[in-house]
Amino acid sequence: MSIIVYAESWEGKFRKSTYEAVSYAKNMSEILQQEVKSITVGDISEEELKKLGIYGSSSVESYPNISKSDGKSVAEIIKEHAQNSKFIVFSNTFNAKSIAPRVSAKLKAGIITNIISNLENNNEPVFKRQSFSSKAIEAVKLNTNQGVLSIAPNSFELSEKQLDCKISVNQKTTESDLNIIGKDINKGKISLSEAEVIVSAGRGLKGPENWNMIEELADILGAATACSKPVSDIGWRPHSEHVGQTGKAVAPNLYIAIGISGAIQHLAGVNSSKVMVAINTDPEAPFFKAADYGVVGDAFEVVPKLIEEIKSLRNN
Amino acid sequence: MNILVCISSVPDTTSKINFTDNNTKFDSNGVQFVINPYDEFGLTKAVFLKEENQASITVLTVGDPSVEPILRKALAIGADKAIRINYSPTDSYSTAYQIANHINSSEYDLIIAGKESSDYNNGAVPGMIADMLEIPFINACNGLTLEGNNLKLTREIDGGIENIQTKTPIIIGGQKGLVEESELKIPNMRGIMTARTKPLEVIESSDHTSLTESISFEKPAAKGSCKMIDENNINELVQELHNVAKVI
Repeated sequence: MSIIVYAESWEGKFRKSTYEAVSYAKNMSEILQQEVKSITVGDISEEELKKLGIYGSSSVESYPNISKSDGKSVAEIIKEHAQNSKFIVFSNTFNAKSIAPRVSAKLKAGIITNIISNLENNNEPVFKRQSFSSKAIEAVKLNTNQGVLSIAPNSFELSEKQLDCKISVNQKTTESDLNIIGKDINKGKISLSEAEVIVSAGRGLKGPENWNMIEELADILGAATACSKPVSDIGWRPHSEHVGQTGKAVAPNLYIAIGISGAIQHLAGVNSSKVMVAINTDPEAPFFKAADYGVVGDAFEVVPKLIEEIKSLRNN
Repeated sequence: MNILVCISSVPDTTSKINFTDNNTKFDSNGVQFVINPYDEFGLTKAVFLKEENQASITVLTVGDPSVEPILRKALAIGADKAIRINYSPTDSYSTAYQIANHINSSEYDLIIAGKESSDYNNGAVPGMIADMLEIPFINACNGLTLEGNNLKLTREIDGGIENIQTKTPIIIGGQKGLVEESELKIPNMRGIMTARTKPLEVIESSDHTSLTESISFEKPAAKGSCKMIDENNINELVQELHNVAKVI
């Protein structure tokens, strides 16, 4: 018996969210005295697969001929391996959301998403999760012997275990029920769901031509850029950057909001951030009630100063 | 083409979220309920498809009689028929089971749900329905065009967009991009009047197995007050972020 992790990869590489899932599963496995087994699809090098051992995966079942876009087949594979597993762990990515509900339905195992608490004991598993767009924390109990769990991003520490991960490669092929005819990948950009720092700007920037300084600030912080809903609605920035209730929900360590008033719909998508900074000309902007740090001032003066200060911090 | 749009009744985004019965139940007192925003994009898309291709739209929700206002609103926006499955949802599985059961006994080509509901945010119902019915599932769908029986869709993936071709029947978990926010329909007087004469059918539910159970709720710890920093002293902000918050 082992705890199963769906170890998602991107172009042959794992990301932090995958390691978070492995680390989370390893923590449970120590309570249950079981091992962690990862399942992964797509072409991944042996060297990369071995990295799953760093965070506590004892073994990995690799399926190089199967595409992660084929959620139906991935769910079937996970089901085959998970027949006797108490928990099946996912991170909270778009891909995982296409697979986890299918696994839950197949195994008739309860699904709990957006989890922010660790397993405490094995008697009656209860997990805390974010709900109501992070305006509430809900405690949920499993009524089933098995559970499908997805963990909230950036909510759990990685802990290194340095296990030697045993690799099994499976040559299985499947037929997808979806025909993928193309992909548009935002090359070279840090994805919002993985970013540890996000620099976000709103209508206070007055026009798309003023985003250079936002991109420069993001660049020196290694941050992703985001925007408010009005900005993506008028077309100053792509929809993929829109964070908030109807856009993306994000949970970085640091969220810097520049010229965003802080409408409740925007805050609903960002209030899981660990630290929030608001920069706004209007001292009454609602964002100041939600932020940890606030600067009342003109973005066109404050942001260049912020860039200079961070550069001098980096140089010292 | 027969389109089924699955909608849910959720608290308006600006609602204050409170709990009652010793923090075990959502307190709906004084809360305005609306169509889940993600479902509204799908509903509007269905209305556009109907205008272009002679489709019929059934709108469905699972809930007690108190959720009927959102069905009436959906009829006023352009759905032809409404169904309420009489069951107060307890978890994603029981909800998906009721809907899948209804779909099985009907003939739908395109099933549109939202990628998640803005209250419980599980996002599990459409994927579960797909598995129960063994049909393709496109989550986070942000584009859909129809050419005969062929569908071209786009879905959001981490860091980009995927273009997909598939055949009906399928189920999607929809979001913004299916239509734009500015295209969302507000019911007009004529729509509201005709909605009163459109059929609203109530179906009894069966098998209420729940795989999970909600036990209690709490509010996240209140944020400390915002530390204000003078615009002429940005160095202080950088020092705070570096030394105190340790995030840069």
